[in-house]
Amino acid sequence: MALPKYTETRYRVWHYSYIVICTAVFFFLIAPLFVIIPLSFNAEQYIHFSDGMLALQPEAFSLRWYEDMVYGTKNPWGIAARNSIYYAFFATIGATVLGTVAALGLSSRYMPYKQLIMSILISPMIIPLIISGSAIFFSLAKLGLAATFPGIVIAHIILGTPFVVITVTATLSGFDDSITRAASSLGSTPTNTFFKITLPLITPGIISGALFAFVTSFDEIVVILFVAGGDRNLTTIPLQMWTGLREQLSPTIMAVATCLIVLSTLILIVTELLRRRSERIRGISAQ
Amino acid sequence: MSAEIRTSDGELLSVKLRKVERRRRTTAFLLAAPLLFFIVFAYVIPIFQMLGRSIDNVQMNEFLSETHEVIQTWDGTEMPGEDVTSTFFYELKGLVEEKNHGKIATRLNYEKGGFTSLIKKTARKLKDFDENGNFLDQFIDVHKKWGDIEYWLALKRGTDAYHFRKYLTTFDFEQKFDGSIERIPEKKRINVTLWLRTIFVAAGVTFCCFLLAYPISHLLSVLPTRYSNLLMICVLLPFWTSLLVRTSSWMVLLQKQGVLNDTLVSLGIVADEGRLELMYNMTGTFIAMTQILLPFMVLPLYSVMKTIPPSLMRAATSMGATPFLAFRKIYFPLTYAGISAGSILVFVLSIGYYITPALVGGAKGTLISNRIAYHMQQSLDWSLATAMAAVLLVAVLIVYWLYNKIVGIDNMRLG
Repeated sequence: MALPKYTETRYRVWHYSYIVICTAVFFFLIAPLFVIIPLSFNAEQYIHFSDGMLALQPEAFSLRWYEDMVYGTKNPWGIAARNSIYYAFFATIGATVLGTVAALGLSSRYMPYKQLIMSILISPMIIPLIISGSAIFFSLAKLGLAATFPGIVIAHIILGTPFVVITVTATLSGFDDSITRAASSLGSTPTNTFFKITLPLITPGIISGALFAFVTSFDEIVVILFVAGGDRNLTTIPLQMWTGLREQLSPTIMAVATCLIVLSTLILIVTELLRRRSERIRGISAQ
Repeated sequence: MSAEIRTSDGELLSVKLRKVERRRRTTAFLLAAPLLFFIVFAYVIPIFQMLGRSIDNVQMNEFLSETHEVIQTWDGTEMPGEDVTSTFFYELKGLVEEKNHGKIATRLNYEKGGFTSLIKKTARKLKDFDENGNFLDQFIDVHKKWGDIEYWLALKRGTDAYHFRKYLTTFDFEQKFDGSIERIPEKKRINVTLWLRTIFVAAGVTFCCFLLAYPISHLLSVLPTRYSNLLMICVLLPFWTSLLVRTSSWMVLLQKQGVLNDTLVSLGIVADEGRLELMYNMTGTFIAMTQILLPFMVLPLYSVMKTIPPSLMRAATSMGATPFLAFRKIYFPLTYAGISAGSILVFVLSIGYYITPALVGGAKGTLISNRIAYHMQQSLDWSLATAMAAVLLVAVLIVYWLYNKIVGIDNMRLG
């Protein structure tokens, strides 16, 4: 981005203000996340930077809120974490299998009513969650599945599938058909071709879709508010945070939030590795 | 006569081709079928069923079926006759025995305020009624409200099996008992304000996201991959982070005793007494939503800008255009696809936003979704909640349709 020597002053000024604007926007995007991390190590009970923290005195920092998060009895973070992982695990499997199979059909040239079917399959992502949440709640209640484990998993599968469909169809749209034709001409059966050729090639797309489904379920709050129906044993991390935030901001929530930021960093690293792998093995992007 | 081409097994080539194509169509459809049926039965149909509640009054109609029939013959200009009042008396008596009168009381209260207490009081006194006497007079003796013709008119229209009045309420209108449609008193108007606020916030957030996303997407698209990948983290890390984490970080920042105010005070920009009210109002909702939705604008813009060859701008400037003219005439029009994709995505997401306004917005910064949730969970006026949901859904589907027209769902990209 270095400017050539002959650049006129006004373009020079414009160029530097452009850099400043961009820096400010990047700061606006990322800084709020990093405010939380130091506050979770606060030794005091208040959510602000104490003088001790600003002076970097070691006694102003502590791990007491992490201790409270793990051993505290007031908020069942343990149950919440276990539930969140369970729901997300089963919802991811369901959404990934259904979504991948559907994406295989949707990417075929012969798929009838492609636009219409695609619109229906994507709709849970577009329709406001408050509408989805109440509709799913009413239908689950009719089946007696509201406030049950399977009910919540079904709700999360519904919300997760659009992401899998989108990522896997995107991967398949860059798929070179001549590879599978080559396999067939060499005598491979369609099933064999699928498992030996197609599947390994679209795996990065599937994993990235599965990650979306996992995060959608893991972070989901609106639908679970309706479907869990206040049952403490069905609570999740977002639900627990929501209840906590409605009462007051506690440092324990900052500790939980920090853990979640670490988790999203891990997810980010995985997606980046997937993208690179995908680029390497066939020269296109997984996303 | 054209030569008939046959395949090796003796079939006509055209027939064989059609067969193969049909088989492939079926295979493709069968692959998509499980998810399609799952979504249709577990999601699409439940949505329509739920929206049906906005016009559905069948239960009331069944509870008071005979009254409903008799009251149809009453023209509503004078007090109802004994045929109406006696039918209503016996049906109400039956409902009290089944302990269902509470349900009709709540429902009738939506038609006219004061019905809840009226039914409850009447229900207690029913056993004292003289079944040979004049029912209307005895009703009025129990409660003078029965002497007000509007309560009988409310009963008449409250027993219809279907009604569309909740859609009027959604826009702060009401239907008078004479059938005329008027705006409700100014003090009670709240829904139109919320609709306008929702649209204003959604449009404003979309515009701010566009303003902020454009320069950084451009920077990301022109930087060498090494640097742009690093900077992309600033976009993707918030994107992958839990919504509640990001909302709580804004709460920490925007509170009156929060980090932003503390910083401003310690820098001497703001006096300690004059701390800014950044939260529990529109400002808070606006700032937080802009930051949370920004990645949804950056990603489509970036993917479009990445495909614009830098040589185009060089060609324009070499032919005498100033950089600004070249940008306006060449670069900007080429990014329209990204702008529309990002804008529609951000608009559609923000129009249904619920969590962030509920936590950061307070009373003055809540949006239509919060109102729907309020009616769903607290006032329990499900018909009004679903009527509002239906209107919101139509709005979203129009935008979705536009997206499909302009961008195409096939081109939707994530991450």
